[in-house]
Amino acid sequence: MTTSSSGPGVSGPRAVVAGHADFAAALVAAVHRITGLGGAFRAVSNEGLGAPEVEVAIRAALTDHGAIVVFTDLPAGSCTMAARKIMRADPAVSVVTGASVGLLLDFAMGPDVSAESLHRAVSRGREAMMVFPAAGAAGGH
Amino acid sequence: MAIELYRVDDRLIHGQVVIGWGHPLALRFIVLVDDNVAGSDWERELYRMGTPPEVDLYFETTESAVARMPEFAARPDPGLLLTADVATMSRLCDGCTAIREVNIGGLHHRAGRSPCLPYVFLSAEDEVALKSIAARGVRVIAQDLPASDPVELGDLLTKDGA
Repeated sequence: MTTSSSGPGVSGPRAVVAGHADFAAALVAAVHRITGLGGAFRAVSNEGLGAPEVEVAIRAALTDHGAIVVFTDLPAGSCTMAARKIMRADPAVSVVTGASVGLLLDFAMGPDVSAESLHRAVSRGREAMMVFPAAGAAGGH
Repeated sequence: MAIELYRVDDRLIHGQVVIGWGHPLALRFIVLVDDNVAGSDWERELYRMGTPPEVDLYFETTESAVARMPEFAARPDPGLLLTADVATMSRLCDGCTAIREVNIGGLHHRAGRSPCLPYVFLSAEDEVALKSIAARGVRVIAQDLPASDPVELGDLLTKDGA
């Protein structure tokens, strides 16, 4: 199942976001609401698909969208497995697991799809994860 | 504890298996039975990377799985056995009478398969094989996740629609 985000006029980095249920569509919608850059992404859901069909859906989204980067939800998920099989056949493709809004925002606002940009986006995604109150802080909950 | 769940799932190792079942069962090992995967260094590495580090992962052919079943059964910790198709599970049941229940966790839409549940599509060959498994006294249920209601084989085969 592939959900198309707004496409025309995208000039920056492009990618496919793939995951369980509505995960990808929701992330892309959130990025679009925040930045207007949702068109940088094409969302794919693995809902109702077997492993080969997930691979076909992601491959088709990459081709249609002119993308070479796949963001997925779980490292152990079927979308990651499928994306890594695609990556093996096409070494130009990169796969990033554990996608989040923070990570995608940095990617969408970035200059390109280089390894450096992907690593920076992953760092930003990690930095966006915090716990309040911080560990060791006195709390009254 | 041995093998707690014998599951047919065409996605093999994925989120529902390692998280959905893995956490509540406190899995410590997974036996992935697939002749193709067992023969592919690259696919073995792919599935190993998708498995939590605290979970041992064994890659077996159908034949080697049957041979090693007593060894897996003797483990003191809980495990899960996976096949990607009904035919492989049927062959395991032929060779291992210790299997008392088979879980149909995910067989997705493909040409020649008919919908029974949103996550279970069966071919005519699948139905014959499942009936054959059940005829040995093995309980066959469809259940994607622990929190879902199990669907007995008799009900599964009369269901029509995803």
